[in-house]
Amino acid sequence: MDWITTVDHKKIAVLYLWAGGLFFGIGGFEALLIRWQLIKPMNNFLDAQTFNELITMHGTTMIFLGVMPIIFALMNAVIPLQIGARDVAFPFLNALGFWTFLFGGLLLNLSWVMGGAPDAGWTAYTPLSSTTYSTTHGVDFYTIGLQIAGLGTLIGGINFLATIITMRAPGMSFMRMPMFAWTTFITSAIILFAFPAITVGLVLLTFDRILGANFFVVGGGGSPVLWQHIFWIFGHPEVYILILPAFGIISEVIPTFSRKRLFGYSSMVFATILIAFLGFMVWAHHMFTTGLGPVANALFSVSTMLIAVPTGIKIFNWLFTMWGGQVRFPTANLFAVGFIPTFTMGGVTGVMLASAPADFQFHDTYFVVAHFHYVIVGGLVLGLFAGLHYWWPKMFGRMLSERLGKWTFWTFILGFHLTFFLQHFLGLMGMQRRVFTYLPNQQFDLLNLVSTIGAGLMGVGMIIFLVNIYLTSRRPADAAADPWEDGRTLEWTIPSPPPEYNFKQTPLVRGIDAFWKEKTAGHKAMTPAEPVGSIHMPSATILPFLMSVGIFIAGLGFMFSRDEFRSPLTGFLFNNYVVTAIGLLITFGSMLARSLFDDQGWHIEPEELEGR
Amino acid sequence: MRITGQAVKRLLPVTVFCGFLLAGCGREDLSVLRPQGPAAESSFGLMKLSISIMIVVLLIVFSIAAYVIIRFRRKAGQNEIPEQIEGSFKLEVLWTVIPLILVIVLAIPTVKAVFAAGDDHANDKDAIKVKVTGHQYWWEFEYTDYGITTAQDLIIPAGKDIAFELTTTDVLHSFWVPSLSGKMDTNPDGTTNRFSFSAPNEGVYRGKCAELCGPSHGFMEFKVKSVSEEAFQEWLGKMKAPVAVLPEDPALAEKFRAQCLSCHAVGDQNDIGRGPNLTGIGSRESVAGILLNDETGVEGASVEENLKTWLRDPESVKPGNRMPNPKDLGLSDTEIDGIAEYLANYKLD
Ligand code: HEM
Ligand SMILES: [Cu+2]
Repeated sequence: MDWITTVDHKKIAVLYLWAGGLFFGIGGFEALLIRWQLIKPMNNFLDAQTFNELITMHGTTMIFLGVMPIIFALMNAVIPLQIGARDVAFPFLNALGFWTFLFGGLLLNLSWVMGGAPDAGWTAYTPLSSTTYSTTHGVDFYTIGLQIAGLGTLIGGINFLATIITMRAPGMSFMRMPMFAWTTFITSAIILFAFPAITVGLVLLTFDRILGANFFVVGGGGSPVLWQHIFWIFGHPEVYILILPAFGIISEVIPTFSRKRLFGYSSMVFATILIAFLGFMVWAHHMFTTGLGPVANALFSVSTMLIAVPTGIKIFNWLFTMWGGQVRFPTANLFAVGFIPTFTMGGVTGVMLASAPADFQFHDTYFVVAHFHYVIVGGLVLGLFAGLHYWWPKMFGRMLSERLGKWTFWTFILGFHLTFFLQHFLGLMGMQRRVFTYLPNQQFDLLNLVSTIGAGLMGVGMIIFLVNIYLTSRRPADAAADPWEDGRTLEWTIPSPPPEYNFKQTPLVRGIDAFWKEKTAGHKAMTPAEPVGSIHMPSATILPFLMSVGIFIAGLGFMFSRDEFRSPLTGFLFNNYVVTAIGLLITFGSMLARSLFDDQGWHIEPEELEGR
Repeated sequence: MRITGQAVKRLLPVTVFCGFLLAGCGREDLSVLRPQGPAAESSFGLMKLSISIMIVVLLIVFSIAAYVIIRFRRKAGQNEIPEQIEGSFKLEVLWTVIPLILVIVLAIPTVKAVFAAGDDHANDKDAIKVKVTGHQYWWEFEYTDYGITTAQDLIIPAGKDIAFELTTTDVLHSFWVPSLSGKMDTNPDGTTNRFSFSAPNEGVYRGKCAELCGPSHGFMEFKVKSVSEEAFQEWLGKMKAPVAVLPEDPALAEKFRAQCLSCHAVGDQNDIGRGPNLTGIGSRESVAGILLNDETGVEGASVEENLKTWLRDPESVKPGNRMPNPKDLGLSDTEIDGIAEYLANYKLD
């Protein structure tokens, strides 16, 4: 119950972590099934339809329900601490964002047991995703599930923007903000601009499917290419929503374990902003073969290549942060240092893909599969691992086992390269992606076999990580406030795990890497910016949970509103939008309750603060 | 910059090695790395250029990474605080400008090639015009200047430019012959695509559908058969001969006409185009695009065997395809075998 009603950013972070972990596990399991099917030519372990459902759900789950929530988990756990705040700007909305994400994700995954998962690829290109060619409710689960989950992301993004703009500790100017806070800020801005596009796209597709509209139907004057534009205007920035937080994490972990400040801080900030900006200008590089014509292809080619410049700045800055430092390699830093060459390899193939005439060959082949896994897994997932190992003691008060951590790192990264490096060659040798099997004698057999073995090894790495978490959770919570001893930012100035109110007194920030600055000045703690006083806390509430349950019910009701039911009662309830109405009633009822009953929250008094 | 010097020295053999590696990669009739025509050559040229630049970048990054990891590892008892360097304007400008130059080096030939690839030969009198139509899950090829239609095997004269017009009757597909050219999507009417390629060398090339189009997307293959000019003219002549060859047995012929020709066409018989045109199917490279015809049985089976496999249960060959099972159309096993035999012998050469 405590967990359902909480509005504390630290608990919401844990909720995001478990929910994201669950979906990541589901997506990973789906990946292993896919790889098992491809282990040899003409395999019949899975049938074609199931395979298409698996790739669709694997992609969708990983992107929207797997890694995004884990990013949000770290942001929630760390950002208020890093900027010296007591919570996010809107704790109630924070909880709402989590619950809508969770219920959206659950709705999407319900499709497995309710008559067919989506099967048109995570990009859901029309007309394949229209009711004519995708006849189950699969794609409805996709549009409505993602719509609900996306609502949560948008809420979260806005919340972080507000938090970072308004709640930084005294003295923390933007140019003194830790890099992870910066990338969170920029990421949230991208979310703010990119998610409305997919929201609109999903609404249009829902209308096409459920209400018989014609936005993407050629016969009715619509255009399938329009869907691709809408999807990628969201979809490309989405890639930066994923990778920028990883950049932020790496920029925190490497300086800490090199005992040096980040090299070229201001150029890092500038590069982040530039990447975000360019990220919006390049969506059509996913559509070179759609037939946009040479002018568009040339423009989008060149603008895409330009992204290599700010990305390069970042990579060299990280390397030169270590230069002249004293580099230690606990697991967190292993992942961070492993990130650099791995991500660079993904970036490099990205530039190759940007060259449109070459992309005519790369597009929709295993070369692309290799590229985006290098960026997403070799970049983001390694970054998340670095971040999780780094902040685990702060979040849970316990140090993860270093020995198991090193095993996780080596099995995972070896498995990763084994799986995906060879896929570049598979693509170049003529293997297209999203194929449920392939004919023998095309020289694809051996490479696919090795690739599957690598995927198994990555699975082993994940299991070791889970074992590590389990064993750690049974040990006493005795992590020091600054367990890595070289912590540079504000989160390391308070106990691990932090008290409910984070900072007894808001700290005064006197420079970049505020804590490090105090330490080198010989101080043990931050100088407070205020006297000890009564702290105002928001009340726990079940309303965000109820609101999300309502949306979930409404979504289900709407989805089945055109179906024929055997039982007349169910038929009546669904076909007359009664179920939808009940769901919306719950949601709007909760909203009404929220606005009518003014909740003042509660206070932690100074005596209590001193008492602990 | 001692490190970059090293990298450059190491680079040469690596590039040469990669060149060999790439050239040995994959089948000649299928691999992007073994281009057999100018369009694929052009893509491959850009790929070689970009990979060379990128290998230089990778080597620099890897060398610096290796150097700092080894050189600046924290040693036991090392406790003095390292100097907290803010950054270096010169260095940061350096790694902004160098990538920018590399990008320009790649961007110029890219833009050139983009415009060259935009040349579709649609108005070229010498080019052969072919309208390609994607269907779930087969390919239709209409030679608009000659009024003939075929399926699965695209016959082209070696060395001639082929001007394609691409479209689809159902979902999106993508037309791709890796060793001859990059891919192009088949969109529905209104956004019809055009492009062109040529195959200087005679031979059979494997083509694929590259856009997810349903369960049998992976099986939506086809062959491009590049033949001499004379052979091409001869083939055209036979395709244009109006009379269809029908089964000799009148009863079987009637069955065939009633059940099969409601979707398919042979010669002048029927022209609906709901299923692949079957004229001369006995001399094609494959049945259904994926059952390879090979009398020796090394890479497939004989045409007749393949036809039997297909006709006995199309669904098991290509899941989700739109042809009804002949048994459900009322054909007995002997009739199916009879039709398979007839089709296998319906050759153009
Ligand atoms: C655990 C390791 C993973 C393995 C072994 C794996 C494997 C695969 C495979 C075999 C495919 C199908 C390729 C195709 O035929 O199109 C695929 C597709 C995909 N994967 Fe992964 N994957 C892994 C992790 C991830 C992660 C962490 C993400 C993102 C966060 C991700 C994102 C995607 C996406 C977006 C697709 C495309 C789906 C589509 O075509 O609709 N994968 N993956
Ligand atoms: Cu296809």
